[in-house]
Amino acid sequence: MSAPMLEVEGLDAWYGAARILFDLSFEVRRGEAVALIGPNGAGKSTTLKALMGLVRRRARRLVFDGVDIADLPTYRIARLGIGYVPEDRRIFTDLTVAENLDIAARPGAAGGHGPAWSREALFDLFPNLARMQDRRGGAMSGGEQQMLSLARALVSAPQLLVLDEPSEGVAPIIVEQMIDTIGALKASGLSILLSEQNYAVCNSICDRAYVIGQGELRWSGPMASLDEARNHDSASPLD
Amino acid sequence: MTFDSSLLQSLLFQSVNGFASASGLFLVAAGLSIIFGVTRIVNMAHGSFYMLGLYGAVTLAPRLGAVLGPDLGYWAAVACAALGVAVLGALVEVVLLRRIYGAPELYQLLATFALLLVISDAVLWLWGPEDILGPRAPGLSGAVELLGRNLPRYDVFLALAGPAVLAGLHLLLARSRFGRLIRAATQDREMVAALGINEALLFTAVFALGAGIAGLGGALQMAREPANLAIDLSVLGDAFVVVVVGGMGSIRGAYVAAVLVAQVKALCIALGTVEIGALAFNLSRLTLVAEFLIMALVLVVRPHGLFGRPQAAIPHRGTSEAPLRPLGRPARLALLAGLALLALLPLAEGTFPYAPVLALDMLIAVLFAASLHFIMGPGGMDSFGHAAYFGLGAYGAALAATALGAPTPVALLAGIGVAAAGAVLFGWFCVRLEGVYLAMLTLAFAQIVWSVAFQWEEVTGGSNGLFGVWPDWPFDSRAGLYLAALVLVALALLAIRRMVFAPFGLALRACRDSSLRAEALGIPVARVRWLAFALAGTMCGAAGGLYAFAKGSISPEAISVSRSIDGLVMVLLGGVESLAGPVLGATTLTFLKDNVMRETDYWRALLGALILAVVLVAPGGIAGALRRLRFRAGRAP
Repeated sequence: MSAPMLEVEGLDAWYGAARILFDLSFEVRRGEAVALIGPNGAGKSTTLKALMGLVRRRARRLVFDGVDIADLPTYRIARLGIGYVPEDRRIFTDLTVAENLDIAARPGAAGGHGPAWSREALFDLFPNLARMQDRRGGAMSGGEQQMLSLARALVSAPQLLVLDEPSEGVAPIIVEQMIDTIGALKASGLSILLSEQNYAVCNSICDRAYVIGQGELRWSGPMASLDEARNHDSASPLD
Repeated sequence: MTFDSSLLQSLLFQSVNGFASASGLFLVAAGLSIIFGVTRIVNMAHGSFYMLGLYGAVTLAPRLGAVLGPDLGYWAAVACAALGVAVLGALVEVVLLRRIYGAPELYQLLATFALLLVISDAVLWLWGPEDILGPRAPGLSGAVELLGRNLPRYDVFLALAGPAVLAGLHLLLARSRFGRLIRAATQDREMVAALGINEALLFTAVFALGAGIAGLGGALQMAREPANLAIDLSVLGDAFVVVVVGGMGSIRGAYVAAVLVAQVKALCIALGTVEIGALAFNLSRLTLVAEFLIMALVLVVRPHGLFGRPQAAIPHRGTSEAPLRPLGRPARLALLAGLALLALLPLAEGTFPYAPVLALDMLIAVLFAASLHFIMGPGGMDSFGHAAYFGLGAYGAALAATALGAPTPVALLAGIGVAAAGAVLFGWFCVRLEGVYLAMLTLAFAQIVWSVAFQWEEVTGGSNGLFGVWPDWPFDSRAGLYLAALVLVALALLAIRRMVFAPFGLALRACRDSSLRAEALGIPVARVRWLAFALAGTMCGAAGGLYAFAKGSISPEAISVSRSIDGLVMVLLGGVESLAGPVLGATTLTFLKDNVMRETDYWRALLGALILAVVLVAPGGIAGALRRLRFRAGRAP
């Protein structure tokens, strides 16, 4: 395994005056898919927001691709090559599908150091989006918005995809599609950091998992041994 | 009233005039709207950008004309002025606004208002107090004849300039990457940043664009009106009405609203005096009231304006307000002792003859600020029009005392009654809105009260106001009125304290912290807020009545926007999160105004600097700073 692409050590984060994360440490290596697992309110989304610099945070070490991102503004972090797919999708509902994608396609040298995505390649992956390029984001179904949100992140040519609960509020059939799509992206060499409550989704995509509860790290290890811990250990990390 | 051809011509003439004014209004409002959409800041200094554009163009036109010839010089001056204002706007964004994006709305409003004050004095310093006439527009100075009436060519040009800018802005927003970014950021600026867009740069560009459009609007007016110092506030008021009527963030709405407002004003002027039965109304004097009436009507029917939509909630970045704490026993004793000392103050009149006068001013300011604080702090409703109830109380008491000859206590009660009635009426509309919309509506109602006081000469004495409002025995001495005021203010403060900790106060604070949750708990949110609004207005009316008797007169000047802003400054200077805040703030500001600001012509800039200092350095105000000090002292070993 190569050196970690993302190293997080001792991450604390706050929402207003309330502290959400306590001394969280994890890492993502190049080409790896890592899951953050935990119940509602455990701090998964906050962890990803803290990574993007969207909430107040402090860390002993916060390094992405060899760059210290602790003091960088959000847009600089994104430009290093992190494609953020937020919880509840956050599509620009007043903009068309094509315009949503255009926003993320930064002109000039500001690309995300990852593989570039042509529109053709993108629409091969998301054939639905090709058909609705002129549709307003607000007029799409939840599953379609989720696809658009993922596609929008890819347009910025990321090295690491950060996905916040992509299966939430989406029909089971779409979840299946999503698993296939994310799996294909991983196979193409993208690194993936995935926050999920849905164990099945994590299991079919991820190599390793970190279990978070009440803002603290509870367990970490290979995905397979989480399965074992779940089945055999009476003090299961997921309970 | 007869409909003959001359009236038709007059209507046509005024209507072209209306479209020309609408263009100017639209340019200011469009900039204001774009800036609000992206940055969520209501820029109170936007009228100042318009004013700077006008002054800049008027100054540059002759100089550039000397080099380039008058034709080219005129248009070059317009372009340079607009660009200059855009650059200034960018500077303001980088230096000031970046520090306050995370601050509560109220602080942002006040900080940009401080900017208005500073710019106003800067213009006074640079250009002097005299009006400056601009050159005529080359090639557009004549008139075109339409239906036998001469229409100024420049008005026709301006009437077309508005739609042209509207079309240009529309293209920019729909077709360019910059426009797409503006639209995306208007909806979700955080997500835009997460996609790698330099949010800060975008905000600066948007602010420069908005300021530049306003500057252009001002510069284009140079052939129509002289550059003068009052223009910033009057344009700002109009632009607010337009933006709120059209819907915050909607460019199309801004144009429709600008036309609506300008045409209604033009119609009032064209119709002149209208007789209905035996009553004669001079409509041309109603122009000030008319636009605010339109705004109030629209907001009641469509709370987010004609083309507006509810704004996405902005994540609250600041900390929430600390819960209020009841006073301990030592503090109560200290308060009683202080009150006793204050009661003895008239004894010092021999040594300091001015002391009771200043102290009375302070008491009135304290009551004014405390009543405002009651709806702002525990109520969470930021009122930018508290002067309305001050004015109603003052005029009510003054009229009762002079026209009806009522004894002083009765006149004061009458004033309080008038203020209460006004607060009940206006409050019903206001409490249904939130945030900046509520602030703007309170401002609109205050402007209505001000306009009525200013324009209803027969009753209110017009711009001169009412004189000879002296109290009768035993309040006719300095000490008498002072002591009466002391008792009244102490009782009011006590009542506020009791209310804040009573179930009603708890319900009010619950509505502030989460109106949804409060509603779900069975608290009638609108009614609780309405009652609080009415009570605050009532107490403020008492302050107004006392003011009329203390000064012996009342005039529109005393109840203008600046009184409302003074109240806000007092509350913030003292600290909005503490019941002691308004008391500290009111006494401090009154003292400063009395001793420092009257020494200089540039008191506006001074007040602006004070506001900026509070917003940027001590957002907790005096009370917050004291609490921090005590906290630190308590923790020290």
